[in-house]
Amino acid sequence: MLPVHLQFPIRGGDFHSAGEASSGMKKALSKLGVDPSAVKRASVAMYEAEINAVIHAGGGEADVEIFADRVSIVIRDHGPGIPDVGLAMQEGWSTAPDAAREMGFGAGMGLPNIQRNADDLTIDTRVGEGTALTILVRFHRPAPTAPGPEA
Amino acid sequence: MELRHSVRLDRDKCVGCTNCIKRCPTEAIRVRDGKARIAEPRCLDCGECIRICPHHAKSATMDGYDVLSRYDYRIALASPSLYAQFGPPATRAMILAALRATGFDDVREVAAGAESVTSATLAELLDPDRATALPLISSACPVVVRLVQMRFPGLIPNLVPFDSPMEATATVARREAAAATGHDPSRIGVFFISPCPAKRTAARQPYGRERTDVDAVIAIADAYPRILACLEKMDPVALHEFEARTLAGRDGIRWGNIGGESLALGTERFLAVDGIHSVIEILEEIENERLRDVVFVEANSCIGGCIGGVLVVANRFTARTRLKRSIESAAVSPPAHDVAREAARLLRWTLPLAPNPALQLDADLELALAKYERLERIAKELPGLDCGACGAPDCRALAEDIVNGEATEQDCIVRLREQLRGTLETTAPEGGVD
Repeated sequence: MLPVHLQFPIRGGDFHSAGEASSGMKKALSKLGVDPSAVKRASVAMYEAEINAVIHAGGGEADVEIFADRVSIVIRDHGPGIPDVGLAMQEGWSTAPDAAREMGFGAGMGLPNIQRNADDLTIDTRVGEGTALTILVRFHRPAPTAPGPEA
Repeated sequence: MELRHSVRLDRDKCVGCTNCIKRCPTEAIRVRDGKARIAEPRCLDCGECIRICPHHAKSATMDGYDVLSRYDYRIALASPSLYAQFGPPATRAMILAALRATGFDDVREVAAGAESVTSATLAELLDPDRATALPLISSACPVVVRLVQMRFPGLIPNLVPFDSPMEATATVARREAAAATGHDPSRIGVFFISPCPAKRTAARQPYGRERTDVDAVIAIADAYPRILACLEKMDPVALHEFEARTLAGRDGIRWGNIGGESLALGTERFLAVDGIHSVIEILEEIENERLRDVVFVEANSCIGGCIGGVLVVANRFTARTRLKRSIESAAVSPPAHDVAREAARLLRWTLPLAPNPALQLDADLELALAKYERLERIAKELPGLDCGACGAPDCRALAEDIVNGEATEQDCIVRLREQLRGTLETTAPEGGVD
């Protein structure tokens, strides 16, 4: 069977709409009945990646493919790229501009947090060309089917 | 037949408009054949449809005073929102005495149970081995608990794992009345005087515990005129009796309006949110780990908190002012810390809360994926006006109904008009359908 394929634009510097892509993906996973803990990991990881694209890279696009056992999320931007991935993976390291930091973003937790929530993370980055993050989250447990007390 | 929900529809009054379908937070209502229909598995009993319906076609099925005759000894539970219905010169002691005179043998204050829940919550917050995730989310509003089970199952571990003030008060009231009067506990009737229909549903399908101690739930609006009549001919002996009682402290009474439960905890790191649609926004933030600076979230489905319930009489602004009088005249509550661990032990839920899959496309993920694919395709072909004329709240909901075999594309009036116009243009060029 074909996966469900969702696409979302990510607008650079637009903090008002930031998070819409990950929220759209989360809605889809919930509607599909994916295990809540996997939904949470996928949405937290995707949100961080989406915010990174908004803050650092002038936006980009998100491609989401949902399979019966996993979701694959690609966040692609055409920003400056990451010169030192190892450094960027360290907690607290940040190059976020002041405007972003003032809003509570850019605490340097982005990439490490994505890593923590993803089952697999691939970073494909070229300085001056852009970055593509591929986040994989597996649905370990089957969808909950036990009805609630009133269902 | 036992009714599962308390919110009902009067088919004769329903004109089939789009007000309720647009307002429902779980998209549980559809208009079919000109009448609204509530999908029971999705209904939270929040009462938003009762509030919004201009034709008063939605109502709450509550228990009436006739149920009192089924019991030998009757106890009314007065919630803080009840005090907020009466202005000066009525005092809390007068309201309690009048409530008892409407047909009960005794009355208890739910505010006392609220103080116990505050103590237990404090124990949970301070416990380093806490099983609950942070932030703790209040579980006192049954609508919020049901919403979490249905739309935010990932947040079930964050819910305060204790009985609500209503249940906590009912349990103590029954036990103490049995000991004091010698009545068999099953012959004692415990009646909650409620600001909302969700409390009745919670008493009929309790969460976190096997059985409820609340036998029936009567609307404040039903009790109000009776209390008013009894206030006017107040018995001085009864009044004196209540004035001599130790009444609940201000921390418990404050629970009646939004923010009260949080203030009682004595921490600055809380967030209080009211109104079901705003609650959804905040739960969304918590689920995405975007709300890391608070340890406690108080969420009430009604704007203003329980004083804003759909079954109250006073509007919530008047009610707020009146509740303030009760709060200020109440004694300072005893320190919540002192009995925290004991309260936590007594009130802790004994049953786990399960997710409710009512919003899912299919229990089978493979089938759900196939349905989702089709849903996306259909949604793209619909006009996207979200007019609601088909009877679904928006175009996406119609697409979902089509996928589930509950509607067809012909239900879309905008598309039907386009097709009709196309047909007319080929046969009669001057003809208009508008």
